[in-house]
Amino acid sequence: MNQNPPEPSNENSIVVCPDGPILVRGDFEIVTPSGEPVPRQRKTVALCRCGASAIKPFCDGTHKLIGFRTEVPGKPGTKESP
Amino acid sequence: MTIPHARGPISEGLFRLLAGSPGDDPAAVGTLQDLAAAQLPLVDDIIDDGDMQLSLFCLYELHYGGLDGVTDRWEWNPGLIALRQLLEEPFEQALRDAARPYAGTDCAGADHAGPDQPDSAAGLDSDAVADLLFAIAAQEGGPGMSRHVAKRATLKQLREFLIHKSIYQLKEADPHTWAIPRLHGRAKAALVEIQADEYGGGRPDRMHSTLFARTMRGLGLDDRYGAYVDAVPPVALASVNVMSLFGLNRRLRGAVAGHLAIYEMTSSRPNQLYGNGFRRLGFGAAVTAYFDEHVEADAVHEQIAGRDLAGGLVESEPDLFPDVLFGATAVMAIDARLTQHIMGAWDDGESSLRAAIPAAA
Repeated sequence: MNQNPPEPSNENSIVVCPDGPILVRGDFEIVTPSGEPVPRQRKTVALCRCGASAIKPFCDGTHKLIGFRTEVPGKPGTKESP
Repeated sequence: MTIPHARGPISEGLFRLLAGSPGDDPAAVGTLQDLAAAQLPLVDDIIDDGDMQLSLFCLYELHYGGLDGVTDRWEWNPGLIALRQLLEEPFEQALRDAARPYAGTDCAGADHAGPDQPDSAAGLDSDAVADLLFAIAAQEGGPGMSRHVAKRATLKQLREFLIHKSIYQLKEADPHTWAIPRLHGRAKAALVEIQADEYGGGRPDRMHSTLFARTMRGLGLDDRYGAYVDAVPPVALASVNVMSLFGLNRRLRGAVAGHLAIYEMTSSRPNQLYGNGFRRLGFGAAVTAYFDEHVEADAVHEQIAGRDLAGGLVESEPDLFPDVLFGATAVMAIDARLTQHIMGAWDDGESSLRAAIPAAA
């Protein structure tokens, strides 16, 4: 089992959530392809990974309704319940 | 908040006591405890008992914003703490009984495979805890109030809906905040990150309780904290009391983590539908901002609460796993009862509130 996870090596971190979004923490800016800032209301954001969110680029939890599945990097095949 | 109207002998005795100061009548607290001890065996269902739930609510309120005209010196009065424990014990037992059906694999109405429960937390990592909590949250929690609000609810029903929610949402996040100094490491950092967002990330106008107050004003409702305590049924008070019970008792810190995780995990989609319901009746961004905010915020919070708060806590204190589950399933049970109450009344064409509220707006 995991003990405390290793500290991120810098102030920014990206967490790939199993079966869910991508959590981004730290000092960053989200921009459109033309460089316009995307309005952001919070420090830590969840970015849509399943493609079904109604508020892209942010996650709205829809991945749970469509049965979106991922594998945990480095832990393939570990998604079954213990 | 304003002292509500008593709903029975215990709340009546409590309000009479609180009108004075501790020490005015040294025997009075003991008399009230005796009265409560005598009443408790007569209570059929403490979750649905107005006198019990209102008394607990007001005893807890001494630790939050206080009660108008009541001296803050009552907060840690040993006699009142003892009275609170007298009421908390059967309340906690009733919650455990009500929560149990939501923890097994035979959950009725589950459209996902019901959560398979590990026998112990040994070897459970934070991903596994989050998986289990997501599975619990995926169980149907009642007859679809969010869908009703989105598609069919009348203006009167939307106002009732806000009134039920106002008991908690006007102090949104406060009960879970009690747990912060009781956690450490990853779980503590996770809870603080979520709570900071709940409290607006440093911007008072973005506090969730502030956004909710704006929604209430948009529908002509009184946004003062506790203004509608008299109007709501016992189970609505119980749904807030459960959070205070968990938050104010260190031994139940696992239950706080489980409660918050499920609260966040069952929020994004319903809030999307709630917002749609208010838009359907012509309300604009000032009213729907609260719901729109929760669609986005809780999609973040559910990940942090499930994996880092609840999961991190179980990794560092495996013995708390059963309480994490208790907190998680208790929300499911209480929310289902509240939803049943509200939808049942609406299906019968009646108000879901106790007392008619003054018409406004």
